[in-house]
Amino acid sequence: MAKVIGGLFTSHVPAIGGAIQRGAEGEPYWKPFFDAWPPVRKWLGRQKPDVVVMFYNDHGLNFFLDKMPTFAVGAADTYTNADEGWGLHSFPIPAGHAALSWAIIEKLVEREFDVTTCQSMLVDHAASIPLNLAWPGKEAAPVRIVPIAINTVQHPLPSAKRCLALGRAVAEALAEWQGNERIMVMGTGGLSHQLDGERAGFMNPKYDKLCMDNLGPDPDALTRHSVHEMVELAGTQGVEILNWIAARGAMGNSVSEVSRTYHIPISNTAAAVMAFETVTAESTEQSERSAAFA
Amino acid sequence: MAIPGTHLFDGDAAMKGYALNAMCFSFNDATNREAFRRDEAAYLDKFDLTEEQRQAVAQRNVLAMIAAGGNIYYLAKLAGIFGLGVQDVGAQQTGMSVEAFKDYLQSQALETAHG
Repeated sequence: MAKVIGGLFTSHVPAIGGAIQRGAEGEPYWKPFFDAWPPVRKWLGRQKPDVVVMFYNDHGLNFFLDKMPTFAVGAADTYTNADEGWGLHSFPIPAGHAALSWAIIEKLVEREFDVTTCQSMLVDHAASIPLNLAWPGKEAAPVRIVPIAINTVQHPLPSAKRCLALGRAVAEALAEWQGNERIMVMGTGGLSHQLDGERAGFMNPKYDKLCMDNLGPDPDALTRHSVHEMVELAGTQGVEILNWIAARGAMGNSVSEVSRTYHIPISNTAAAVMAFETVTAESTEQSERSAAFA
Repeated sequence: MAIPGTHLFDGDAAMKGYALNAMCFSFNDATNREAFRRDEAAYLDKFDLTEEQRQAVAQRNVLAMIAAGGNIYYLAKLAGIFGLGVQDVGAQQTGMSVEAFKDYLQSQALETAHG
């Protein structure tokens, strides 16, 4: 039986990709952020996930305003990254897992999430940078991926409650999946930041802490704010926390925190990295029980 | 209910800004970035920008681009052509120097450290 081993959450600021491509990880500006990763990679080395279900948002690489899906699920065996216009080189993207994508799509639609399915989809820095942070180097990460894009660009955005429910429906699909893969969930973006308007540069460590403290034990606590309130608290782009909330839902009920790093600023952003493991991640027979989501 | 200094990119903005954002979206392609650099006016014509959008682009004025319906994720691609990063764009919108804006970002780390 497939097993969800845990979840990895990280900011996906483009400048992080630039730092990787320049080899600047050890510079004083970057070190506090990149220091988060060696322990995470060690944990990944023990957990050895071979599939990543990735919740992220597209920033105008694959989707434009002509067709803007609220929830889009990749359903391909191949994905690529591409030029986004401001100088980052493309990162290699791992193969897709189309069969698992369709199992997730079946479950989501059964649960009344009317998603957009994408057999051809470019994935942007919000997916490529986190994968490269987790598995650094010139080769694609040694996993297969299912990318799930959430609209955080054009309001109205889906509510936090809806995103958490989406994630929980994905958890059901993963629990029912008959393959023997070790599956990890990823949620990318945030934390608080605002790029546009006279309030540009706004961050909110207090709200970020609330999010990080509640994400594992009580994600429902993060659904009490409306999207408008989340913009006020986290900044216009801080609403990317929606990706984290959806990913948290996909991990199942009980998780324990493995690591946490929070650092201000990375570019204009309060950057964070968190890892969680499912409470039963170490034990196979227990994971059979955790599959019965209450 | 408005959030000070914050412009939600909603349906009205998405409709108003469509031409400007479509032009910016085209800058994912290096050939198009080059075409814009070569003949900016001709490139604006191709996308049928409104007068307001044209003036905002001509003035490199990000707040005016946002007022004309621009979305920051797409505008970032245009800013890249002008050699402006997100700190430059932040400085311009807040009326600070780039150094002052960077200090402002950094100052929020100090708040964290002190609770």
